[in-house]
Amino acid sequence: MIVDVNFVGLIIASIMASAVPLILASCGELITERSGVLNLGVEGMMIIGAISGFALMTVTGSLIIAVFGAMLAGVLISTIFAFLTQTLITNHVATGLALTIFGIGISAMIGKNFVGIPGKEFPVLFEGLKDTIPLLSPILFGHSIVFYFAFALPFITSYFLKKTKIGLIVRAVGDSPESASNQGINVRFVRYACILYGGAMCGLAGAYLSMIYTPQWIENMTGGRGWIALALVVFSTWNPIKILIGAMIFGGLTIIQFHMQAIGVRIPVQFLTALPYIVTIIVLVVISRDSRKIRLSTPSSLGKSFHKDN
Amino acid sequence: MIKIVKRDQPSKAIFFFTPVLAIFLTLIAGGIIFYILGFKPFEALKFFFIVPIADKYGFSELLLKATPLCLIAIGLSFCFKSNNWNIGAEGQLTFGAIVSGGVALLFYDQEGFFILPIVILAGAIGGMIYASIPAILKTYFNTNEILVSLMLVYVSKLILDYLVVGPWSNPEGFNFPETRQFSDSARLPLLFEGLRIHAGIFLALAAVVISWFVFYKTYLGFQMKVSGFSLKTAKYAGYKGKKMIILVFLISGACAGLAGVGEITGPIGQLHREVSPDYGFTAIIVAFLGRLHPVGIIFASLVVAITYLGAETAQIFMQIPKYTGQVFQGMILFFLLASDYLLFFKFKLIGSKK
Repeated sequence: MIVDVNFVGLIIASIMASAVPLILASCGELITERSGVLNLGVEGMMIIGAISGFALMTVTGSLIIAVFGAMLAGVLISTIFAFLTQTLITNHVATGLALTIFGIGISAMIGKNFVGIPGKEFPVLFEGLKDTIPLLSPILFGHSIVFYFAFALPFITSYFLKKTKIGLIVRAVGDSPESASNQGINVRFVRYACILYGGAMCGLAGAYLSMIYTPQWIENMTGGRGWIALALVVFSTWNPIKILIGAMIFGGLTIIQFHMQAIGVRIPVQFLTALPYIVTIIVLVVISRDSRKIRLSTPSSLGKSFHKDN
Repeated sequence: MIKIVKRDQPSKAIFFFTPVLAIFLTLIAGGIIFYILGFKPFEALKFFFIVPIADKYGFSELLLKATPLCLIAIGLSFCFKSNNWNIGAEGQLTFGAIVSGGVALLFYDQEGFFILPIVILAGAIGGMIYASIPAILKTYFNTNEILVSLMLVYVSKLILDYLVVGPWSNPEGFNFPETRQFSDSARLPLLFEGLRIHAGIFLALAAVVISWFVFYKTYLGFQMKVSGFSLKTAKYAGYKGKKMIILVFLISGACAGLAGVGEITGPIGQLHREVSPDYGFTAIIVAFLGRLHPVGIIFASLVVAITYLGAETAQIFMQIPKYTGQVFQGMILFFLLASDYLLFFKFKLIGSKK
């Protein structure tokens, strides 16, 4: 049997493309969680990013404004979360849920006028090199800039956390806010910054979905990816490089669906659609079973409010 | 100068006042949003919150929507009080509806007084089975219940979709994604001629009474409260933590499952794709707004139910998108959480130094 290597390359590339939003959102949330904040609003921030990006692209016609606008929208919506959890010391879980419900509502409200409008073509890089190397060409070349950024992000994030001073501060705040505070670090400020950064990455992840991956606006188009991104952070045991592996697995599950249907495998389509969610549960069980390992890698103050009495 | 001072202990009066404040602030913010969208704020708010419940039919619809919200929120309050984050009630509702619907379909061509109790019981058991998954995974495999219960929501909706499109679809139904109509014996009776409010409301009221009794009159209620404050304390006191986690999940699963029964055996009388307009998620807000107190939850479920009706009315009369309902729900929770600040801190006027 002859396997067309370029076809294999294309499948791998499509898996990577579907992993992009998961990588972006997870890496953003990872920084937020490393600072000790659990933001369950990922789904809400992503959907806000998706509609903002698409709406700005349609209205202004500028892709740059749209992409950065989506990130800004993510920042703005996460500011609500930051203000509530950090300044008003509210419960992280409840606030994150409110953010998701609110985000889905607002996005559908804005998106009403953008249903059915076709998207724009997003420019790709290195298109000319597409046929140069067998197998590798489709994987390496001809993707959007966001795609390349997403695959660089886990390494950048890892370097940031391990090797830079600011990264060290973020980890210190997440692992022991009291001692960080005693060292003169402004815990609240660091956490604000990490939440807003997470919002920006989730906004970008949403914009990737509505502008590049499936260029159109559909209500609820994130379809639970935000929650899978949250699960990926646990899966990675807060290690950005492992997010890459996890996101590829889930990207693969999404892509397999289409190919199974194309080959004509007689499995109900609903089962294939449910697969990523079921696998998420199984993976979470396997990872979390070793409670000691989880406890060692979880940021110690995750989800706990910190308030310095004035 | 105004200074923020920490209270010696949380204020009890403010504990029950802040939900009212939150609703008030939501109305103001809602008015502003309507204004931005180009509507007259007061008129829009009137269409949203007053017009829908101005007549007998509207009031019946309000109770119809409040019933599942109240029932689920009561169940959730067991979980939230003991610090268990079950956010998958929507899935437990759906699975309860699937199981009870399946049983109802078995008897589709039969009549008999025994059918309805079996159908109701099946719904409760369905919800419990589904809620037991995150509970068992949490207790024995240390798995985060938030993510598991949420993932299961998506799975349950896909199972339902598979059943109503495939094996359970009505053979005489021209391929519509719905099952046969249940027999009249499998239906919760309607309470008034011409109105849709049905006997499911008594299930909700029973849940309110039972939960009040459990919370405030039993040892179990006390244990839940202690575990909610501090798991360590609960351990020292020798409470069986794992058993309690599973128990509260089962209770909340049963309540959500019963809400599912009400949705399919009430006015609709068959299974179809969309059993619930996200009641399971909205009930989380209801539980918090009601302060996890049974009586509070009754009021909260009525208030939040209006957002469902208001969204429909506003869409019909003013072409305001129906998602405004969700926006209001999100805002209520935001404002509620924000005003909790007043529980622990107070503003104090201090004479300015010159």
